[in-house]
Amino acid sequence: MAPVEVDVERPKGDDEPGRRHPNTCPSCRSHYRDDELRHALRVCAQCGHHFPVGALERIDQIVDPGTFEEIGTDLRAADPLAFVDLRPYTDRLLDAELATGLGDALVAGTGRVVGRPAAIAVMDFAFMGGSMGSVMGERFCLAADAALARGIPLISVTASGGARMQENILALMQMAKTVGAVDQLREAGVPYVSILAHPTTGGVIASFASLGDIVIAEPNALLSFAGPRVVEQTTGEKTAPDFGRAESNLRLGQLDAVVPRRELRAELARLLLLFSPAEDEPTGDQGPVPLPEDATIAGEGPVDRVLGRLGLGRRRG
Amino acid sequence: MVRVSDEVRRLRKRFEARAEESHVWESVQLARHADRPYTLDYAERLFSDAFELRGDRAFSDDEALIAMLARYHGQTVVAIGHQKGRDLAERTRRMFGMPHPEGYRKAIRAVELAERFGYPVLTFVDTPGAYPGVNAEERGQAGMIARSILAFCQASVPVVCSVIGEGGSGGALAIAVGDRVLMQENAIYSVISPEGCAAILWKDAGQARKAAYAFRPTAGACLDLGVVDAIVGEPKGGAHEDVDQAARLLDQAIRQALAEAESVSAAERRAARRAKFRRMGVWGVADEDGADTL
Repeated sequence: MAPVEVDVERPKGDDEPGRRHPNTCPSCRSHYRDDELRHALRVCAQCGHHFPVGALERIDQIVDPGTFEEIGTDLRAADPLAFVDLRPYTDRLLDAELATGLGDALVAGTGRVVGRPAAIAVMDFAFMGGSMGSVMGERFCLAADAALARGIPLISVTASGGARMQENILALMQMAKTVGAVDQLREAGVPYVSILAHPTTGGVIASFASLGDIVIAEPNALLSFAGPRVVEQTTGEKTAPDFGRAESNLRLGQLDAVVPRRELRAELARLLLLFSPAEDEPTGDQGPVPLPEDATIAGEGPVDRVLGRLGLGRRRG
Repeated sequence: MVRVSDEVRRLRKRFEARAEESHVWESVQLARHADRPYTLDYAERLFSDAFELRGDRAFSDDEALIAMLARYHGQTVVAIGHQKGRDLAERTRRMFGMPHPEGYRKAIRAVELAERFGYPVLTFVDTPGAYPGVNAEERGQAGMIARSILAFCQASVPVVCSVIGEGGSGGALAIAVGDRVLMQENAIYSVISPEGCAAILWKDAGQARKAAYAFRPTAGACLDLGVVDAIVGEPKGGAHEDVDQAARLLDQAIRQALAEAESVSAAERRAARRAKFRRMGVWGVADEDGADTL
């Protein structure tokens, strides 16, 4: 697999790339066969650690089978600066495409989530650290265009080290370009749900990913503009172990919810229902939504907790 | 066998690359020159009757990012800019021009004020980047930069941005989304500092010069890539050599850019600004054989 070339911090010590098998849990050391892990939505059955999920697998997890139609598939990164660091940018792109089977670090399209249509933009960290260059910016905008044209919500799932340095200033401009696309959705009253997976940092969290009408994170995801190592090296400040993590972001008011992966599809279905017109669902609450395959709800989700506090429950079974 | 002409061609190419590399590095150094004029130096030469807008109305006043109501050629404008300091005390107070979320919140407030009264917005971009500290992160640095970019996208009043020194990453872009984006001859604009890029891609911050050459943060490259609309000349040797002259040149460019931005309706302006940034980027299309064409 191609080395990840963006500056993304990992928990100290225990999970250096190359020292740990990708299917060994960095938190409790449980090891899984790939099909086991895939079946469990890449969540550790022992401790609940969330492993990274590739873009296509993530689409399988949240989108109804057979409904996903990709857009912008044939877009490929160009190399406007003829950028060479220790290796040419074009070599890195080729390696990333061979390793992931993807044309760039974001897959865009439309599909249905528990029956409701949505435009989808999903990032893949394995493709050059999920870095945002011109192709990602354009594909995100194409997904937003599809949402706008059909009046359906946009859902994005991000996992990125930030802007792609090899495209320098054009990569930076993708922040303005994607925010412009979100602005169009806001103007037209099209809902945008942003899901932040580990890690979402730099130019991605400082642009479209922070601007969801609803912002949800996966447990323990690192969500910060500058990562802990950059903070420590630049300012000399010490960072707490939970610095920038989803749970501290929730506490600090930057998120609506931290949702475990097993509950994500159900929560998305609920949000799509809440954002749909009143006459669409005359009976109101539809009860629990089916989960992919035989995944089970482990514990109560944040919606249940809120409903519980309000003295409401949601129907089960 | 080595053909002499080939060898000469190879050497000439290497010398040209070297010359280009020093030119890029010279821009990096001039953009960061200790005597380079900052936002306030231009403000006192370009504006009359300025009134500083302070505070974000939520937490504090961030002196790394300043905003003011001012008269510019007879009309009221809202000016927003990063501000570095001249001496150690001022540099520390102004955090070397690196804003916290409060700074961006102030910028958003200033854009909203401009929007309420129909005043044009002029911005001056000069920051190494948004401050990467624990407090800044905890108070939502990323989200506030995103919201500032959004506020500039949403403004229907004319917006003219000038990169006058270091255009450092998202912290710069947060106030650099405009109908016209100008860039001074020796200013730089990049996604990360040359040192940061070198540390990550070369695993050695000492390779900053090489990194700068590879990613070209210069005004010329930004113009070629369609990221800025015009390059503003500087006095010989750089803006710090003759601040009054640098201000006159900047004034002319801003005045012209503002007139262009004012020549269309508010709705057209907003749509055109969004469309301009939508066009930014370069990509190819893979054909069926997987070969890429541009």
